[in-house]
Amino acid sequence: MAHFIDRRLNGKNKSAVNRQRFIRRYKQQIKQAVSDAISKRSVTDINNGEKVSIPGKDITEPFFHQGQGGHRERVHPGNDQFSPGDKIKRPQGGQGGGSGQGDASADGEGEDDFVFSISKDEYLDLLFEDLELPNLKKNQLDKLVQYKNVRAGFRSEGVPTNIDIVRSLQGSLARRVAMTAGKKRELHELEAKLALVEAEPVPDQHQLMALREQIELLVKRIGAVPFIDSFDLRFRNFQKRPEPTSKAVMFCLMDVSGSMDQATKDMAKRFYILLYMFLSRSYKNVEVVYIRHHTQAKEVDEQEFFYSQETGGTIVSSALKMMADIVKDRYDPAQWNIYAAQASDGDNWADDSPQCADLLAQQILPFVRYYAYIEITPRPHQSLWLEYEKLQQSFDNFAIQPIRQVADIYPVFRELFKKQAA
Amino acid sequence: MSSAKQKQPLSDGPDWSFELLGLYQTEIERVAKLYKLDTYPNQIEVITAEQMMDAYSSVGMPIGYNHWSYGKKFIQTEQNYKRGFMGLAYEIVINSNPCIAYLMEENTMTMQALVMAHACYGHNSFFKNNYLFRTWTDASSIIDYLVFAKQYLSHCEEKYGISEVEDMLDSCHALMNYGVDRYKRPQKISMDEEQKRQKDREAYLQSQVNQLWKTIPNKGDLSAEHEYRFPSEPQENILYFIEKNAPLLKPWQREVVRIVRKISQYFYPQKQTQVMNEGWATFWHYTILQHLYQENLVTDKFILEVLHNHTNVVFQPEYHSKYYSGINPYALGYAMFTDLRRICEHPTEEDKEWFPDIAGSDWLETLHFAMQNFKDESFISQYLSPKVIRDFHLFAITDDDKESTLEVAAIHNAEGYQQIRQTLSAQYNLSTIEPNIQVYSADITGDRSLTLRFIPNKRIPLADNFQQVLKHVHRLWGFNVQLEQQNEDGSVKLLGSCPV
Repeated sequence: MAHFIDRRLNGKNKSAVNRQRFIRRYKQQIKQAVSDAISKRSVTDINNGEKVSIPGKDITEPFFHQGQGGHRERVHPGNDQFSPGDKIKRPQGGQGGGSGQGDASADGEGEDDFVFSISKDEYLDLLFEDLELPNLKKNQLDKLVQYKNVRAGFRSEGVPTNIDIVRSLQGSLARRVAMTAGKKRELHELEAKLALVEAEPVPDQHQLMALREQIELLVKRIGAVPFIDSFDLRFRNFQKRPEPTSKAVMFCLMDVSGSMDQATKDMAKRFYILLYMFLSRSYKNVEVVYIRHHTQAKEVDEQEFFYSQETGGTIVSSALKMMADIVKDRYDPAQWNIYAAQASDGDNWADDSPQCADLLAQQILPFVRYYAYIEITPRPHQSLWLEYEKLQQSFDNFAIQPIRQVADIYPVFRELFKKQAA
Repeated sequence: MSSAKQKQPLSDGPDWSFELLGLYQTEIERVAKLYKLDTYPNQIEVITAEQMMDAYSSVGMPIGYNHWSYGKKFIQTEQNYKRGFMGLAYEIVINSNPCIAYLMEENTMTMQALVMAHACYGHNSFFKNNYLFRTWTDASSIIDYLVFAKQYLSHCEEKYGISEVEDMLDSCHALMNYGVDRYKRPQKISMDEEQKRQKDREAYLQSQVNQLWKTIPNKGDLSAEHEYRFPSEPQENILYFIEKNAPLLKPWQREVVRIVRKISQYFYPQKQTQVMNEGWATFWHYTILQHLYQENLVTDKFILEVLHNHTNVVFQPEYHSKYYSGINPYALGYAMFTDLRRICEHPTEEDKEWFPDIAGSDWLETLHFAMQNFKDESFISQYLSPKVIRDFHLFAITDDDKESTLEVAAIHNAEGYQQIRQTLSAQYNLSTIEPNIQVYSADITGDRSLTLRFIPNKRIPLADNFQQVLKHVHRLWGFNVQLEQQNEDGSVKLLGSCPV
């Protein structure tokens, strides 16, 4: 007696809840591991999850069990050399080569770290937890620029392509029932009466005629009810609904003058990638514009942006000017959410710095959601930083942070985007 | 036999289908009946590898309540499986009525047949007939109970918060091994009754507890109070004691303690019959499939694949092998049942001396008797034959921390058989493996502190993580908790307390 059940189509994620519970419980440790990992992470890979390692001792479940020592007797298989009474040197780290059923499980997990993978979503959730895009709420209203057609119930007039057949026929059926029910009842009564009259031994011909005439009239009237009427027709209704735009553009500005070495560029790149991941969580598609500059600015692709070598002096305002132009040309601030991140080692031609501040204040900051400047340098700040510092006081969508080493990137990123207490 | 010779093989090739599964199952059942295997009805579920991992991590409960530790197990299993460190078990079988067995979709037809013979007839008949399972577990109500437990706990989570419930479960899990009645026998009740009783219990328990603590000693009784100890005898079932007597637990928390205790009790027989249970199932998948082969119902290819897997299952690495991790219960159990059959069918002089009552008796009856009335410990001390000891080259080692060397106490020779048998049997005695810790006293008239007493077996100390466990006991009890150790000479020393 047996019956078979095919369970393969049942969900496989029976343990998903338990897994979530586990992650919830060890959130602190996992978060620590995630933020440690970001500095080691390969910069090109943004679509993977992350391997997380938690110290093994943190997750053991304690229970009473036996420790080492005391008097033990154990039986082992495979005797190949021993005779009763033989003395054997005590093996290091354990008793008599393996510990059988009883006590193996206790130290099975040992001191090793507990390593496991989290998915991309879990990774990003943890990475960006407590962070938010600044100035979103304030700008929500002017983001209502796109319209989308959405279904909105049914209506009784419309164009033939939008006819909903099922609902129309339902209407037709209902109308026909409503219009004929009374007549049909009458018809049945007359027919019954007719049958009675016909059953009489001598039918009253006059009455018969009258009845038949009435029946005929009724049948005609029932037949005259149309199968479908324009009254029955139902059309699918569509409405235009305004949608917050989900378009965002991210400007990456970077100094590529001789003073920026590959290591510095790499740090900048990590920062850009974090920003990109963060933006893609809020916006469906994020466009990226790369502008690099030395004494002149140039719009380039990603490869060239990060890896081509340049030399020469530095004029930051050239890049800012270019960005302002590109915004004017291609990214109408009414439709696009504009973010910008500028990375530099702080070098700038001294006379240019005030000009940069001017450009930012007048042509850029009024239109962008957020502008972050990171200065990657171990040296003291120079004129650009000082100018920007002044600017920061009058614009709350402008932030500057120094970065000294790779490990600073994530904390600085968190600092820039941390949730503001309302 | 001549008609059997003409039978066609059931199938040829590795692919399985539900029709074929049914066909094989019918034949296996027919053969199982020939060997008088008495089973619960089978419910065979085909699942995927991922689902198998789910089943794994819920430690064999088809419906488990949610807890992070199961998530941890799942992650571990998934990791190991994905990295190829381990294969998945071919089957999981649940002691329930109907008996639920899982077949993995990836298996070949041969493996499915092997698993069906192993789980649906081997384990299943063991669950139904072994005395431990008959007295300790109620196969017909376990699924209902697990459903009840899961619902109750998720209800508690809604009401009191996930963290509250999680804390309770953590603490209870730490004491899970001490939630078992070893001597009392449980009563069987149905799901409906369980629910009805649960409500009554909540109210009743609370009133009991309050009564207990309301007894304010008046001065006149003080001398009498000194004589009075509570509990009057040490209690081995710590969770039970806590459920009934912990002063500060809320009714729902008592119910959580009870749920963990019940589930622990349900798994208790499985811990005590590993060798027998696996040996029995392995013996029967081998015997049943060989029988089908004799009848020409399966092909040569089929039986070779069976033998290949069978030998893997009963492989016993030797003590110096890097794969050695103790005695393989499948190997020992299978060898013992096979040898038992041999002793009945072809007894030697030695067998007649060692087993005068069963040498030459009806093998099927003897095997069934052995399966029904023993647990690992007693099974080994009753039936481990000199031949099995020789085949395994078993030897006993004495490891005393007072000596600088280990000593070989006995080997597989005439002088050693008896001692090896005893030592091996003791190795499967749970009371020598698990530290003996009991509730010694609860100071109900004073500071309400709870004293646990650890009595070492052969001077084997407690592992030093006990402080961690004491924290959990403290959480459940709500007042000071002490752990004492009672030495061989009767002296008592305080091991630890919580709060420290």
